[in-house]
Amino acid sequence: MENKKRWICLFVENEIGVLARVSGLFSSKSYNIDSITVGTTEDTSISRMTICFTSDDKTFEQIKKQFNRSVEVIKVVDYTDIPIHMKEILFIKVNHCSEKDKKELFRIADIFDISIIDYNYSSILFECTQTEDRNNALIKLLQEKFLNRIEITRGGVVATEAIGISNR
Amino acid sequence: MKISGAELFVKALKEEKVDTLFAYPGGQAIDLFNALYGEKDIEVILPRHEQGLAHAADGYARSTGKVGVCLVTSGPGATNLVTGIATANYDSVPMVCFTGQVSTSLIGNDAFQEVDTIGIVRSICKYAVTVRKREDLAEIIKKAFYVARTGKPGVVVVDIPKDIQIALGDDTYPDEINIRGYKPNTDVHHGQIKRALSVLNNAKKPVFLIGGGVNIARANKELTKLVELTGVPVITTIMGKGAIDTEHELYVGNIGIHGCYAANHAISECDVLFSIGTRFNDRITGKIEKFAQNATIIHVDIDTAAISRNIVVDIPIVADAKKAINCLLEKAKPLNISKWVEQIKQWNKTYPIKMNDEGMSPEKIIKSINKIFTKAIITTDVGQNQLWTTQFLTINSKKQLLTSGGLGTMGYGLPAAIGAKIGNPDKDVVTISGDGGMQMNIQELATAVVNELPITICVLNNGYLGNVRQWQEMFYKKHYSHTCLRYRKSCEIACNKPNKNCPEFVPDFVKLAQSYGAKGIRVTKSEDIEKALREAKKEKATPTLIEFIIDRETNVLPIVQPGNPLNEMTLEYKGEE
Repeated sequence: MENKKRWICLFVENEIGVLARVSGLFSSKSYNIDSITVGTTEDTSISRMTICFTSDDKTFEQIKKQFNRSVEVIKVVDYTDIPIHMKEILFIKVNHCSEKDKKELFRIADIFDISIIDYNYSSILFECTQTEDRNNALIKLLQEKFLNRIEITRGGVVATEAIGISNR
Repeated sequence: MKISGAELFVKALKEEKVDTLFAYPGGQAIDLFNALYGEKDIEVILPRHEQGLAHAADGYARSTGKVGVCLVTSGPGATNLVTGIATANYDSVPMVCFTGQVSTSLIGNDAFQEVDTIGIVRSICKYAVTVRKREDLAEIIKKAFYVARTGKPGVVVVDIPKDIQIALGDDTYPDEINIRGYKPNTDVHHGQIKRALSVLNNAKKPVFLIGGGVNIARANKELTKLVELTGVPVITTIMGKGAIDTEHELYVGNIGIHGCYAANHAISECDVLFSIGTRFNDRITGKIEKFAQNATIIHVDIDTAAISRNIVVDIPIVADAKKAINCLLEKAKPLNISKWVEQIKQWNKTYPIKMNDEGMSPEKIIKSINKIFTKAIITTDVGQNQLWTTQFLTINSKKQLLTSGGLGTMGYGLPAAIGAKIGNPDKDVVTISGDGGMQMNIQELATAVVNELPITICVLNNGYLGNVRQWQEMFYKKHYSHTCLRYRKSCEIACNKPNKNCPEFVPDFVKLAQSYGAKGIRVTKSEDIEKALREAKKEKATPTLIEFIIDRETNVLPIVQPGNPLNEMTLEYKGEE
């Protein structure tokens, strides 16, 4: 069966051990989580998770069902094919930059609409809050030219249902 | 009024109508035990090992339909309970296990007898939680019982730190609980029932495949009505055995790798497979691509996650088995399938499950049990003893079979029988075990003796871990690798031929039983089988262990070899040519 990228949103009890329960479900099925983000909601007794992983249809159905029957999971929403807004925070540090490199990096920042938030004579720090796909594209671009000189910190995907337009 | 956490614990048990508690004390549970001191409304049973304790609570729960309740201490108490938790949860047995824990201030410090109990059991139970505040205790216990017994039943573990047992707090226990993440759906979708019935009514070769869900829902009468109304033959899984009287004319037999010929062939040839309360475990499907490949499959299950997990289902119905069957009864009608029914009967006549008549065969032993124990609960251990029992045991409304079907836990039989007898003092309780499994919880003989439980303990002794030995014989070139229980240092290291000079078996089960204060009988000839069973049945307050010395290399047949479809069965095996 075909593997495909999936996103789900879980509303869970904000309790000790719930994250372990959720992640345990993936490991018990031998599936790797691409990213997982957790934070409390407007109701502090509820946490909201956005989980991104790759699986076939059958396993995905199983995982959703298992979550639905978990006592600690309040609601499961499948974000794979619905209009959502999705963002991921990404820091990229580029080290050992020449003057020429820096010029190039400023140009990239301009075109990709990302901020340079820190800087010294040889290094530059980007902060990008983009969709996961755009972040991937940026990393790919930088790796071509600055291989072994970049340091990447990714925050994982955060998503919410769209109201009018979708951005994923 | 302010009461301690321990006092609230006892109050909660009473509110939940717990009359029996399976409990083993320890340092971090001592306050809970103190609150139980002199308590008259709750009978506290002290097994001799926490694994035995959990299986006893499990046997009690399966046989009574009530929640089995365990109480053990932290650390080793909790880890010893683990196998019992997994066993019960796998077979959807409602249980609540309370574990003591070190004080909240010490959690995470590697304190004496501290383990992360909840971290260990999380993946093998329905719900597990540590109580972190005294004010949460009542609600958590209420939640535990509710979750354990509703929906698809299962095990809930409640870990109670020592300071919470001591802390004073409110004495109220809630009447109701609302869990926002847990809303078990047991209602039936009538549209799906209609679809299922229209498929069933047009079937030429339909069968019912019944799993443990029907027994758990205690829908035996309803199922029998449905079967008699429609005339559709019934096949069961091991866990579903007894859902309908095994002597019923429409009962075919068990399906599976040791199922009967007629059942496996009927499944392979049917055009409609109407299954209720089974999760299509690999032990019953054989080669999955060939499983019921001509059939439209209808699947009733309480657990959405069981549907289309192992096989693709055409008509899923998520519902409690009893409610679903009652809905089906409203609209079901007789089918005209006499030719099909006749064919299945013919298969059963031509290829019955039968063992060699010579000597003391397990078939003879189990058929004698059928004859002598007519109103009884039968428990089994795991291995050949279990498979033979599921092949030859007759069950009707007066009898029940308890067996570890999902996890396949050796050591289950004896403690489960103890729990069953405690819950059903008026019924005879028989356990059928092997010489291997018997030794895994042999210490519970003491529990049976001190509680004056006249259970009949049948040990089929072949001196081997027989089921694995059978596989070694059939599929591993007779390499009896470490499955012989009579092996000693003096033996050849690579032995594959038991003979007259094999060392004596240890222990001497008869003497061992006697040393515990139980009765011990050894049976070596088939003509003595019934006499021994009758003698055991007569006992009023003493357990009887009967050791049956059976042929060392008897196999469970028929068998579907690994990787084969269900209808390619090995009916006879006479060794490699």
